[in-house]
Amino acid sequence: MNLRPDPTFHATPKLAMEAPAETLAFTLMLSPDGSQPDGLAIVDVDPSSDTFGQIVHQVIMPNKGDEFHHFGWNACSSALSPLTGHAFLERRYLIIPGIRSSRIYVVDVKEPLKAKIHKIIEPEEVFAKTGYSRPHTIHCGPEGIYVSTLGGGGKDGTDGPPGIFIMDCESFEVIGRYEIDRGPQDKQYDFWWNLPRDYMVSSEWGLPPQFENGLVPEDLLSDKYGHRLHFWNLRERKNVQTIDLGESHQMALEVRPAHDPVKEYGFCGVVVDTTNLEGSIWTWWREGGKWHAKKTVTIPPQPAKADDLPDMLKGFEAVPPLVTDIDLSLDDRFLYVSCWGTGEMHQYDVSDPMKPKLAGKVEIGGIVKKAKHPNGKDFGYGPQMVEISRDGKRVYWTNSLYSTWDDQFYPGDRGAAMVMANVGGKGGLTLDKNFYVEFPKGYRSHQIRLEGGDCSTDSFCYPSV
Amino acid sequence: MGWPLAVSAALMDRSRGSLYNALLALAAGHMLAMAAILFPFAALLFLAEWQREIQVGAACLVIGLGVYLLFNRRHPRFLARVPPSRLALWSFLAAMAHGAGLMLVPIYLGICGTLEADAGHVAASDLMAGNAGVAVIVAVVHTLAMAFSGGVLAVGTYHWLGLRFLAKSWFNLDLVWALSLIVVGAISLFAVR
Repeated sequence: MNLRPDPTFHATPKLAMEAPAETLAFTLMLSPDGSQPDGLAIVDVDPSSDTFGQIVHQVIMPNKGDEFHHFGWNACSSALSPLTGHAFLERRYLIIPGIRSSRIYVVDVKEPLKAKIHKIIEPEEVFAKTGYSRPHTIHCGPEGIYVSTLGGGGKDGTDGPPGIFIMDCESFEVIGRYEIDRGPQDKQYDFWWNLPRDYMVSSEWGLPPQFENGLVPEDLLSDKYGHRLHFWNLRERKNVQTIDLGESHQMALEVRPAHDPVKEYGFCGVVVDTTNLEGSIWTWWREGGKWHAKKTVTIPPQPAKADDLPDMLKGFEAVPPLVTDIDLSLDDRFLYVSCWGTGEMHQYDVSDPMKPKLAGKVEIGGIVKKAKHPNGKDFGYGPQMVEISRDGKRVYWTNSLYSTWDDQFYPGDRGAAMVMANVGGKGGLTLDKNFYVEFPKGYRSHQIRLEGGDCSTDSFCYPSV
Repeated sequence: MGWPLAVSAALMDRSRGSLYNALLALAAGHMLAMAAILFPFAALLFLAEWQREIQVGAACLVIGLGVYLLFNRRHPRFLARVPPSRLALWSFLAAMAHGAGLMLVPIYLGICGTLEADAGHVAASDLMAGNAGVAVIVAVVHTLAMAFSGGVLAVGTYHWLGLRFLAKSWFNLDLVWALSLIVVGAISLFAVR
């Protein structure tokens, strides 16, 4: 417990943007075949440092087969805000779930170069206390740390629907399920909220048998993956409305609400439209007490020769963009969209959330294009997990999607990478030639967190003024 | 107590009116919490010959709560379940959970004790009405003081200081608060002769 608020408490998105820039990034490393334990890489992102773009410390876990994916902070600006009941916490621990093992690690990064494991929550505890499995997204919220899960109970995670559970934000004890009334929600992926407006939005990927051993083409072509958004009364823990984006809009993944809590809109990325292989971005908003959603960006597939395509795509003679991650800058101005299939990172100006405009684009990797980094190195896969610096000037991303899916779309082991692009004053995106993080052999790279908070973890209780 | 919530409400609505409405709601909730604690004691004072025991009991209660808060430094999670729009309810519960009303009890009993010593032996019903009146005054004075100090901070932050002030001005007073409960209880114990 501190006597003063944590220095990384930012009352508003604007104050967060004005805070000192990050000097370190935290990136998850996973062993795709489970032959090595997964780990957390601490990456130097300070351009004035001699070790810029290098891994300066690693925390390697004591178990194998966890499959690290997403992770988050124990406390963000919302939890550190006065009157939340735990305002004097520190933004100090990273909560890292194993999506395959359901084990959760709490890593203490107070001294980042000596980061170490603080606590391990074994899968049995998660199963017993929640009936859920395969923990995914982490956000700190009003009642503690909220964790979304992709699976229900039982060996294959299909015994009951997946959902969200809550952990104590100080002791990291698993408390129990979040939902009181889940309504029609039966799949789960991401979630985020607007705290002063007291709502939450959640999305759907698929059930464990639909992803653990790889994408199931029959399920995709018969539109059996998730395609709905759920809107919740956050504190009543009640699903108040479900919007179906249409069954062909398969896999509604990242939910990115506007950071400024005055705004009642946000975005969601859809991986693929099974009727035409397009990727899409949807804008959702509240009007007249009801929720609405509309497709505001479509990204077309690119024609390709069957010979250049992996088995799964040969029949289509096209490479789908595969929108696998999106991220919104803290000023709610630019939305970054990973096109993991075509190997492109798009930057949209979303000042008018209903009319996003393409403002910048970088080509790197890709199933067919295999565009090289400006330093001449291969990127292996496509742009995937993307994280934006708080000031909005730098965008970082890695290249792996999910072990078994990587192997289907990008067969063979192609090496982990993390790159960074600089953002122009009026938009535009240029890869930084000097930033290319290489990872230890056999690992792939996934989500990135930035020192002092970033654009996909911080929630704010006060509007920017 | 709770003034940053009023600032948030006003900024969310982009209206100065919301600031004052929110401060009023916070004050009303607080006042209610004071009343809820003080009135039972006002009624108890009817048992005038037990006054000494009541005062000792109240002082011990306050010390007990202080000691509890000293060791249990965790905040009540139920407060987080109150929607941000229900400020009066939040204020009521927060004041209850922190023992703000309880802290007033020894002070209140002290005042009543002094008044009675002056009044001599008046009719029991008059005594009770008088005690209730004092309870109202104590609750109002306390709430006004709180609302005024919180209001000054809220208005200042909203109009001039900006939200950066929030991070600069906020201190962890949990320990100080727990200790002050113990001190108030101890003083009143000492004062009961």
